[in-house]
Amino acid sequence: MATVQFTDATRVYPGADHPSVDKLNLDIGDGEFMVLVGPSGCGKSTSLRMLAGLEEVNAGSIHIGDRDVTDLPPKDRDIAMVFQNYALYPHMTVGDNMGFALKMAGVSKAERQQRVEEAAKLLGLDDFLNRKPKALSGGQRQRVAMGRAIVRSPQVFLMDEPLSNLDAKLRVSTRTQIAALQTRLGVTTVYVTHDQVEAMTMGDRVAVMKDGVLMQVDSPLALYDNPKNLFVAGFIGSPAMNLIEGVVSADGISVGDYVVPVPRETLAHAANEKNLVLGIRPENFDLGSGNEGIGIDVDVVEELGADAFIYGTLAGTPDIDKLTAQQIVGRISSRTPPHRGTTVRLNIDPEHVHVFSKATGNRLA
Amino acid sequence: MPRFLSAKTDTRLITLPWETPLAEWPEEMLVALPRGISRHVVRFVRVGKEVFAVKEVLEHLARHEYRLLRDLTRLDTPSVEAVGVVTDRFTPDGTVLDPILITRHLQFSLPYRSLFSRGVRQDTVNRLVDAMVVLLARLHLIGFLWGDVSLSNTLFRRDAGAFAAYLVDAETGELHDQLTNGQREHDLTIARTNLFGEFCDLEAGGLLDEALDPLVLVETIESRYRELWGELTGVEEFDGSEMHRIESRVRRLNALGFDVAELDITTDFAGSTIRIQPKVVDAGHHSRRLIRLTGLDTEENQARRLLNDLDYYRARTDQQNADESIVAHQWLTNRFEPVVNSVPAEMRAKLEPAELYHEVLEHRWFLSERAGNEVPVDQAARSYMDTVLSQLPDEKLNLSGMEAMGPLANPFDPSQGFVDDEVDKPYDPWETESDDDTPEEPATPYLDIAALRRAKG
Repeated sequence: MATVQFTDATRVYPGADHPSVDKLNLDIGDGEFMVLVGPSGCGKSTSLRMLAGLEEVNAGSIHIGDRDVTDLPPKDRDIAMVFQNYALYPHMTVGDNMGFALKMAGVSKAERQQRVEEAAKLLGLDDFLNRKPKALSGGQRQRVAMGRAIVRSPQVFLMDEPLSNLDAKLRVSTRTQIAALQTRLGVTTVYVTHDQVEAMTMGDRVAVMKDGVLMQVDSPLALYDNPKNLFVAGFIGSPAMNLIEGVVSADGISVGDYVVPVPRETLAHAANEKNLVLGIRPENFDLGSGNEGIGIDVDVVEELGADAFIYGTLAGTPDIDKLTAQQIVGRISSRTPPHRGTTVRLNIDPEHVHVFSKATGNRLA
Repeated sequence: MPRFLSAKTDTRLITLPWETPLAEWPEEMLVALPRGISRHVVRFVRVGKEVFAVKEVLEHLARHEYRLLRDLTRLDTPSVEAVGVVTDRFTPDGTVLDPILITRHLQFSLPYRSLFSRGVRQDTVNRLVDAMVVLLARLHLIGFLWGDVSLSNTLFRRDAGAFAAYLVDAETGELHDQLTNGQREHDLTIARTNLFGEFCDLEAGGLLDEALDPLVLVETIESRYRELWGELTGVEEFDGSEMHRIESRVRRLNALGFDVAELDITTDFAGSTIRIQPKVVDAGHHSRRLIRLTGLDTEENQARRLLNDLDYYRARTDQQNADESIVAHQWLTNRFEPVVNSVPAEMRAKLEPAELYHEVLEHRWFLSERAGNEVPVDQAARSYMDTVLSQLPDEKLNLSGMEAMGPLANPFDPSQGFVDDEVDKPYDPWETESDDDTPEEPATPYLDIAALRRAKG
């Protein structure tokens, strides 16, 4: 087991104007499950491949434990790409299907058997070891693939969008299985996905990337509750956080005819900006009464048991602009949600108002 | 209605039963060709006289693979031809079906399992390994990272006594401008692991000659690849007095079947040390020359063989000073075509024309040796068809090969394994438990933050 450390690690493709990964600094703890997430082209896969040795590191360094692996070939890094190989060989037993790479590496028969048995136990495949893989289910095949990586007992597991080629049902069950296994094995794991729900449910910590730059690395809840900038705020959470531009006033930020209360000390960080961006998660809205709250013209209501999502635009937006106007989403706990076509007031829980600089996109502390 | 993404759609494909899950397509449409194991549903479908491979796969993967295979074809790299992607599939009751990728079945191709099924000689294995190495190097030269190098993902065609390898599955592939050493090493590591597994599997099934050792085989692959890659791309430095080494490097590459399109030559200030490195090399040195001269599109070794015969014909007819293309035309009409056309219709599906011609030349050599004098080609061709060709199986659509491993549970889908005599299912705690609590995930795409707070506490 080992830590992983990226220090100013940079990858520039030949002929490219911008680095694909720009001075990445990331420390991954021993046994930690780190998820790299971001939209396509953000540099998450490239970062993983730099760690795997598939991409050159043009500047900076990468360490696994105390070893500088920056210039080592992939096979000397003691890492395993999980789910690289799904093929099951019909003439070999499940045990041999899991352990054949050890045979290639010259591991003794006794040790091979021991490692395969341990892995099979972890994976619930003990009773299958001496069977041919004739009729294994999709999930069992996934586990044999995991077993192939486990028996190698590498320092680090790497997984690059491992669920992207599975159907929805297998995706959910495999996700749970990977997370459970990782906890039991305690092997440092770096996992890449574009799916923030996957990232948030699986990772001990999540590193959010955009345009080759690390935006924030934190525990899933810290990312959700304290996004450092507008990108993380908008990327993490679904439905996404509402990001509404408003004008700074004495006691807060005014949106339409309503002033959202914001502590003065927060506003003091705004330097001389006249306009700031308010971040409000859908569940931090509540139905207001009278003139309290942001006015919303309701376009769609989606009921989900005790709650309802309401989708709308700021009150008073002319009909002709409604299609292009910013959509506001609120999650309301009410037995009698408003009807579409009505105008409602949405109150905001002052504890949960996020404020961002419009100029820099950064959170105002 | 299903939607077709295709460069030129074959209209006969439009009427296939796209609204039915592929696993349930009527058997009379299917062909039981031997093939590798796949994690998707794959079937071979006969449409008119042609056979297509159809694979049910998630949309982003289908589109990705379609584009990559088109790119590989455009870059003249041996791979199966992508025909199209079918999306928007629904059953009559409205259930959504996964899209389908359609590729054309490669005629006269042999999956490795059918080559191995009849017991295999060491030199055949070596030739397969060589074909695989050439394919991998060619893919790497154009910047293609395969990601799942294996015999299962490769098809072989006969090539004048050797084999030519074709890429079948590009699902995990990526096309880059240029590969890094790390990427090539990664592909090589995967190749080692997968091929080792495949050889061990053949060994476990009693299909590998006892003299062959899986470990030695994969080590051979690795060392041959490194040798070939070094020759194709390596830097060579020599003294200014050894200028002939430029010419010999080019000749060595030609002999390996590659043309040099760009050679980087640098000298030091005094001009005493020369440094050369091939920058762009293209495979198909001989096949390009043959196609230019005769219009025949063949594999590389077949081309080499046919070109040798053309040179021989030229010398025999004393036309060394005549225009090469005129002699080539004569050779085509007087030598090649009469042999190929003399094959009875019922035997034409046994071997490709170029391979057949190569075999006739081989046969003629044996006959001449035995007779002690040169046997004419037409006579050798007749003898070959009577004594050899009539005994060979059809290879245009190779249906043999799977039976050696026992009856398949489904003849159209080797991934389902063999007829299973073990009825009892072993205990699997993971699947037994998950049957009880099925509601694992709400159907909405929303992030359930409350559940996450509870879980992460």
